Order: sequence, then structure tokens, then C-alpha cells
Amino acid sequence: MTFALQIKNLTRHFNDLVAVDNISFDILQGEIFGLLGPNGAGKTTTLSMLATMLTPTSGSATVNGIDIKKDPDGVRKSIGIVFQDQSLDEELTAWENMDFHGRLYRIPKEIRNQRITELLTLVELNDRRNDIVKTFSGGMRRRLEIARGLLHHPAVLFLDEPTLGLDPQTRNHLWQYIATLAKEKGITIILTTHYMEEADRLCNRVAIIDHGKIIAIDTPKNLKDGLGGDLVTIGSPDPAAVAAALKEPWVVRVETHTDNVVVSLKNADQYVSSIVTLLNTRQIPITSITIHKPTLEDVFLSFTGKTIREQEAGQKENMRMHIKMMRH
Amino acid sequence: MDIIYTIWVRNMLRYIRSKSRIIGSISMPLFFLLFLGFGLNSVVQLPGLGGNYIVFLVPGMVAMSVMFTSVFSGIQIIWDKQFGFLKETLVAPVSRLEIMLGQTAGGATTAVLQGFMILVISLFIGLHVSDAAGFLLALVFMVLIGISFTAFGIAIASRMEDMTGFQLIMNFVIFPIFGLSGALFPISSLPAWIVPVTLLDPLTYGVEGIRYGLTGVSQISPVVCFAVIGGFSLAMTIIGAFLFRKITI
Repeated sequence: MTFALQIKNLTRHFNDLVAVDNISFDILQGEIFGLLGPNGAGKTTTLSMLATMLTPTSGSATVNGIDIKKDPDGVRKSIGIVFQDQSLDEELTAWENMDFHGRLYRIPKEIRNQRITELLTLVELNDRRNDIVKTFSGGMRRRLEIARGLLHHPAVLFLDEPTLGLDPQTRNHLWQYIATLAKEKGITIILTTHYMEEADRLCNRVAIIDHGKIIAIDTPKNLKDGLGGDLVTIGSPDPAAVAAALKEPWVVRVETHTDNVVVSLKNADQYVSSIVTLLNTRQIPITSITIHKPTLEDVFLSFTGKTIREQEAGQKENMRMHIKMMRH
Repeated sequence: MDIIYTIWVRNMLRYIRSKSRIIGSISMPLFFLLFLGFGLNSVVQLPGLGGNYIVFLVPGMVAMSVMFTSVFSGIQIIWDKQFGFLKETLVAPVSRLEIMLGQTAGGATTAVLQGFMILVISLFIGLHVSDAAGFLLALVFMVLIGISFTAFGIAIASRMEDMTGFQLIMNFVIFPIFGLSGALFPISSLPAWIVPVTLLDPLTYGVEGIRYGLTGVSQISPVVCFAVIGGFSLAMTIIGAFLFRKITI
């Protein structure tokens, strides 16, 4: 087994804010690896360090066996990156954007022209090759950027929030592309996302990151199975009483939140009536009851005690406070 | 070299496509030339400088056109920063020096082309160029002004976060440099106390150099002009490259 990336105690501070806090993990060659977490969790900072755009405060990492601190140029040659924000020249055509990139990576002309045609065909933009990028839709731009990131045949491709701001249909389409790419070209793909579904659908393995720390790392299936079966969410004004009432042998795990209780158990549909009876006999009010298969969202909730959206709201507030403090 | 060329090509492609920018940046020096030139031609006497005021004004307007376009081209880096394209260039395995030099070459070329248009228009309103060598000399000075001020723009852009400070730079740096350069009036006609200030202005030497090339008359020796503006362009390129190296996104 060869590692595409090895990350050891990687840390990055911005003044007194610890954006990435001592993270360590390895990524295998050919993996689609997801960094999942709310906005501001440190995903992009991690990616920027691995792509040598930002120097780590401490710690080390290798990409394709090349040290990011010792040989940043070597790393840059072997990676492709699609940034979170668009990075195309809108005044140029699709072809010119690709050509510019090919020249920057010093790809000889014939190979360059052949690959550009090949990649533009792959992302279904070859018929628009001579159109100015300004006329492209969000999805087309994203596809062009992915094609551009692949032009110099990188061994590792970084995708920072590849489907942010795209409509569901385009998103689905892009997921298929990325999955096909990984399979056909055998490249390692590392993507950041705060869409749980995206990580679940695409990634072989997922690292859940929050407040700059890795809180869980495994396959999406193992992460979800770790919750212990199906999830029953019981809404109630008195969650503590609900939790106390449900101390039964068939209940695997109970999590108490502010206005509900999440219960993990196998074959939940067979036990719903038992739950209702149990709570009714003790006269504990129930406002709602839902059963669902666990998602990565539930995994995040169980590890952090918050949903990803709540976490984002909180972190934005932190960021705002931080920026205000820096100004003064 | 290939990287510098690549970035230069991109600048050229963008230049050719932005018709409004071409016309926009040619209009100001052209209007200056027409309004001031024709308006003041009969009023202004230029002791010791022979010809009429329009002909005197042409080198100044050519220099103005080159300078404004080049500062603008350099500052464009901020747009690349804001629209994200700069990341694409910076993450590539190329040196920042190559990127900066490519940008400088591109900016200087567009600026010289803009100045050249003013020059061509001037031929129709009274400028007579009899000497091919002089014409080429004027071009050399235009190139040096172009390099200097594109690099200057890049240096500023490397330290600026967004375009909000642009107006400030325009009003308090670029315009005084232009106003004090002797583009609009002979240096000798200024009060004695202000002459040293104009002699500190690098553009003065650019304007005088172009004036010598086009009209054969100048108040500062063309050799001095060449040395000063040449040195200035070198210094600006070094400063620009140094600051660009530290740019963060």
C-alpha cells in the first residue's frame, strides 16, 4: 500500500486563532477522501497547506512522498487544485484558459493540444471551447476548472467545495464525473465539503473536522454503523425523562438534546409502538416521533452535540468576533 | 522565458478584447491634447522652444497615456486577486519573479500601444517627424516609462487588498507625478523653488526624452533622461518583484 498523503501534527495559527489543530492522518493512493465539516472548521486551511499555498505553523506533511516544506515546487508539479472560489479568467475562452494552464506547467505543445481536446470532451465542453468563459453557467465553469486541474496529469487532485452553489442536478452530474475520474485515471482525490450527502455518496473515507480537529475518520458506512442501527428521534419538552424511560435492552444508545432524544436501535420500525406505549404509561408528553437510517449528519451530531448548521452559525459568530478583535 | 511569454500573451488577449478600455484610456490624453492644445495654442508663448504649443504638448500626452495605462495594467493584479485568477498562477510550479516580469512585459506593451495611438493621431494635428532615429528614441523612452509604471502598479497592488485605495493613489500619486513632469508646460517657466521638485519626478525625464526624440529640442540632455528613467525602471522592477514575492491570497 502506498500513501498519496501523510500528514503529521499539522497545525496552523492565525494570530491567536487555531485554524488547524495538530491533525494527523494518511490517505491511500487512489482514494477519494473527504474532509467534512462546517464552514470555518479548518478544511480550506488544511487544503491550502497541503497545496503549499500556506505554510504550516508546525507539523509536516508529504504529498506523493514529497515534503511540502522542503520542496513546495515539487509538490505543486504533482497536484491539481480546484479552488472554492472561481479562478478562471472570464475574459478568455475555455480553450485559452486551458492553454494558459498547460503552458504554466510546461506541457509540450502537441501533448497539450491533444490533452485539452480530450479533457474538454470529458467534461462536455468541447463544443464551447472557443466561447468566452463569461458566458458560461456556474456548472460549466466548475467542470472547466476540474478539467484544467487535470491537464498536467496530477497524481493528487484537491477539490475545495467542488459543488458549492450549484443546483442539485448539476451537483449530481459533477459527482458522477468525479467518481468516474478517480476510477479511470487512478488519481487520488481529496475534497472538502460541508454537504453530508456529497461526502457519503463520493468518498471512500471521510474525516470529520470541527474547530480544526479531526473528530472521526473512517468509511461513511463504518461511521454510520457506529451509531448502532436505525435512529428514532423523539421530540419532547422533557427529554431527560424520555431518556430515563428508555433504558431497555433493545436500545443501543441514547443521546439527549435540548428538545429531543435520539435513540439508536436495530430494526426500529418494530419497536415504535413499544416506545410510544412506554412513554404513555409514564405520562411523558411526545411532540413528534421520526425514524430514519443514520446519515453522516447524525454522525456529526453525535460527535459534536450539534448539527452542522448550528455549528456553522456559531463559528461564523466566532469568526466575526475574531475579525472585530483584530481590527481594534 | 516561456512563462513570461505565457503571461504576456494573456495580457495581450485581454487587451485586444477590451475595446472599451482601449478607447477609454486613449480619450483622456486625446481630449487634453485637443482642448489644451487648440485652446492655448495662440495664447501660449514658449520662449526658446521654437514650435507651437500643440507640438510641445504631444510628448507630454504620449507620456501621460503610457503612464496611466501602465499603472492601471499593474494594478489589475488586484482584480486577478479578487476574481481568483491570481491563485491559479501562484499555485503553478513557476517562480513569482517570472509572473511579475510577464505582467510587467504585458502592461508595458499595452501602455506603449496606447501611447503609440496618441502619437499617430498627433501626426494629423501638426506633429512632424522627420527623423526616424528620433522616432525610435521616443519609442525607447515610452517603453521605459511603461516598464517603470507597470512595475509601480504591481508594487502598489501587492500591498493593497482591494480597489478602494485606487482613487487615492490616482489623485495623490499618479496625478502629481503627471502634473509636475513638464508634460503641460516647460520646466523653465516654473517658479525657481518648484523646479527641484520637478527634477525629482522620474516622469520629467521620460517626457523630456520623448520630446527630444520627436521635436529635437529638450531642456534636459537626452543622455541624462535615459540614465534616470532607465535607472528608475530598473529600480521599480526590483521593488515590484520584491513586493510581489510577498503577496498573499
